[in-house]
Amino acid sequence: MTESSFSAVPVSPNVWWVGARDWNVRNFHGYETNRGSSYNAFLVIDEKVTVIDAVKAPFMPEMLARISSVIDLAEVDYIISNHAEPDHSGGLPELIAAASPEKVFASAAGAKTLAAYYGLAGITPVKTGDSVSLGKGTVSFVDTKMLHWPDSMVSFYDRDNILFSQDAFGMHLAASPMWADECDPAILDCEARKYIANILNLQADRLISLLDAIPGLGLDIRIIAPDHGPLWRRDLDRIIGIYRSAAGQKPCKRALVAYSTMWHATEKLAAALAEGLIGSGIEVKICDLEVNDRSAVMTEVARSGLIAFGAPTMNNQMFPRMADVLCYVKGLRPKNKIGFAFGSYGWSGEGGKQIAAELEAMGAEQPEPVFQVKYMPSRDDLLKMKDIGRKLGAALAARCE
Amino acid sequence: MKKYVCEVCGYVYDPAKGDPDNGIAPGTAFEDIPDTWSCPECGAGKDEFTAQD
Repeated sequence: MTESSFSAVPVSPNVWWVGARDWNVRNFHGYETNRGSSYNAFLVIDEKVTVIDAVKAPFMPEMLARISSVIDLAEVDYIISNHAEPDHSGGLPELIAAASPEKVFASAAGAKTLAAYYGLAGITPVKTGDSVSLGKGTVSFVDTKMLHWPDSMVSFYDRDNILFSQDAFGMHLAASPMWADECDPAILDCEARKYIANILNLQADRLISLLDAIPGLGLDIRIIAPDHGPLWRRDLDRIIGIYRSAAGQKPCKRALVAYSTMWHATEKLAAALAEGLIGSGIEVKICDLEVNDRSAVMTEVARSGLIAFGAPTMNNQMFPRMADVLCYVKGLRPKNKIGFAFGSYGWSGEGGKQIAAELEAMGAEQPEPVFQVKYMPSRDDLLKMKDIGRKLGAALAARCE
Repeated sequence: MKKYVCEVCGYVYDPAKGDPDNGIAPGTAFEDIPDTWSCPECGAGKDEFTAQD
């Protein structure tokens, strides 16, 4: 091992953080990570020395250095892979080669996925109810299939009462405080909600079932250690509460007006719509898709009871950036929304109808028909649009009572 | 008629219920579902299903 300044950070009497912070990542497979991210990995010192999860491949020198600051890599007996996605498994082949562990554990689906990604063989599959003794403590496994991949599982180490929750209860946030209680709570709330909206929203029902099931698992959880962002040792109900509230997707008096524009016609309609909504007591966020990333828009969709999308028609299609965003949003299966489609066109006007069809596919209720104008809205058009905003605001307010 | 489980997400196809939302009438055996059908939960193909014991 070459000289390195990286050290492990103590988490609890027998557990160390040996992960990496990715301060400057801004695009995480299309998810805009304004505050960077971290790849958390853990070292458990027991009779069987165990590493839980790995990091993105380029960060392996950092992880290996952190482990080596505590114990020789050859001392590692077990590796547990809670999630096979490459931000947590990319370094596994290197870790296995360096440590030659006795056993590697993953879910049955995880074993298959790791074989497909890296050709890893001989992984011991585990499922809910299985546990492995590390000597003084025991790790038990809970399957969390589809939260958020088929292979996902969580592991609980009873000696230090830690739940290693992989992507659950995580967020993309690089911060030098390791503990959530040392971070700005407003930032935690914002990044956790963004994470849930963009990673877990399509499995919201399974997420709620898991949250409901946790108390019945009989685990005395005192620390939640996710694979991204800070760790939780105080007020665990806070992060669980954020997850529960976001997964519930209850209607709220907040509206998103998202639009694309070519010559400012749709932009003018968006502003008029927003004026009507604001006038009826609705909090509004306006997003021009030219400058707002799709993951930022999805975060607003998740926080809003009403989602209005407007775009011009271009080449007989909705403006392509709108198609990109709607494709992404639909895949994340938002629920309980009022929807509204609008736009501008020159001669054919397919765009607005295509947006309405996508809203329909999302199951959004559309109390107002598509509103489109030719070339540029007149003063009368803008007043009509403002009035539609008022009506939609009233419909949303009624839904929230 | 046997139930089939999606190995990817755990969805169970019950022939008694079928999958009417996707054009599979109640009473349809798994073997008689068209190959173009996919898991209503996760979208995996029919070949990802195995018979439930």
